[in-house]
Amino acid sequence: MTNSDINRLKDKAFQVFGIFCTFIGLVVLAVFLFDIIAEGIARIDWDFLTSLPSRRASRAGILTAWVGTLWILVLTTIIAFPLGVAAGVYLEEYGKKNKMANFLEINIANLAGVPSIIYGLLGLEVFVRQMRLGGSLLAGALTLSLLILPIIIVTTREAIKAVPRSIRDGSYALGASKWQTVWNQVLPASFGGILTGIILALSRAVGEAAPLIVIGALAYVPFTPSTPMDEFTVLPIQIFNWTSRPQEAFLTNAAAAIIILLIITFLLNGIAVYLRNKQQKKVKW
Amino acid sequence: MSKKTNKLEAINLDAYYGDFHALKNINIGMEEKAVTAFIGPSGCGKSTFLRTFNRMNDYIDGFKVEGQILLDGKDIYQKNIRVDELRKEVGMVFQKPNPFPKSIFENVVYGLKIQGIKKKSVLEEAAETSLKRAALWDEVKDKLHKSALALSGGQQQRLCIARALAISPSVLLMDEPASALDPISTAKVEELIYELKTDYTIVIVTHNMQQAGRVSDHTAFFYMGELVEFNKTKTMFTSPKDERTQNYITGRFG
Repeated sequence: MTNSDINRLKDKAFQVFGIFCTFIGLVVLAVFLFDIIAEGIARIDWDFLTSLPSRRASRAGILTAWVGTLWILVLTTIIAFPLGVAAGVYLEEYGKKNKMANFLEINIANLAGVPSIIYGLLGLEVFVRQMRLGGSLLAGALTLSLLILPIIIVTTREAIKAVPRSIRDGSYALGASKWQTVWNQVLPASFGGILTGIILALSRAVGEAAPLIVIGALAYVPFTPSTPMDEFTVLPIQIFNWTSRPQEAFLTNAAAAIIILLIITFLLNGIAVYLRNKQQKKVKW
Repeated sequence: MSKKTNKLEAINLDAYYGDFHALKNINIGMEEKAVTAFIGPSGCGKSTFLRTFNRMNDYIDGFKVEGQILLDGKDIYQKNIRVDELRKEVGMVFQKPNPFPKSIFENVVYGLKIQGIKKKSVLEEAAETSLKRAALWDEVKDKLHKSALALSGGQQQRLCIARALAISPSVLLMDEPASALDPISTAKVEELIYELKTDYTIVIVTHNMQQAGRVSDHTAFFYMGELVEFNKTKTMFTSPKDERTQNYITGRFG
């Protein structure tokens, strides 16, 4: 065999290996989806979505759980969006590029990798105990905000970095201040990217159970929360609770709730993909 | 070398990027309502020098200027000079057309809007005047509210010129304004420069010797951060004094 034959063989081998790896991921996902849907789809009806939790599986619903999830989503967005974007803008546009900036950058990237339960412990100490918020929606949203802030900051910076230097130059050369340039040029041009990052971060927050369990979110909440200070539960906690019950019927409930949670995450991700594509089409430098 | 007043002047100007000495003791005066061309090989400091006139280098970490840059006799690197005010007086056009991803109209009135001018009639009038001045009005008057990114490269560059003119500067800095354009668009931009010099003091950086010869009244040749030669364009191109200038304009290096 000549050298080029060997090279071609290697190429082919890697291709097959690559297809195999991709396939494994897809198959596992497909099996999981199929299993969940087969188990739970029949359980989903209007009553399931509008019923309060119950000790009897057939009467139990996820009303409090999805309302809680929605509350958490909205509150977390309100808290994390301005903080994360402002921090990203500062670091990218205002902060000097020195050792301190490098240090911050590395640490923010590290924070994105800290296990979520650690954030739960932080939230328990700071928000639940010291700020006396208790196991409330607000405490949960603050905790999850901390969890996703690093992600938002990093994606905001990436989106801002993608705005070409020439756009800023054009704005400065016309007498614009830094803030005017950021507000009128940089943010509009990077908004699609920033939004995508936020939605992806939120879809992570929606799936979190651990940090919320740590701060004391309850599995059984007999009412839907009506203010940010109310106690709450969310879908992942409800699912966790049901899967730990011995009765078969609760497992069906859990599967049904997982489908609802998956729909929410897929929707969020779908919006993110849509925004990204739209942005790519719109802006060509 | 002339009795006309100097609109722009550099006195003992040195510039540094960190440790790198980018401009070395530059002394030059630029006449009002004339075109001065900066030529020289890449990295010779001509763009850096151009950008000191509207202080665009301020944003570069580690950049430092010593000496004076005078605009109408006033040092623009004084502490009490406001950079945004300076840039209303000294407009700039860049190498690559850089229209904002907004409508043509929004591009032209951007400079006015950030000054807080909101009145529609004022903005519309300014847009029309500037676009006419930049010889673009006839091509875009029916699509003012369409995206500027849909224009051709040459049109985009004239839009950027219109955008700079809209805030009524007296000086126009142009950093290789035609280097990214095709020959026809280049000719249009050059023609425009020729017309604009009746009202504006223009400084243009160019890599194109013929272009420098066609559009400029004076030419300055830079080499390794030094101003080697500065003279009337005709004199410079026919009988350069310095050997390096001679070599450069005859294409022996650069």
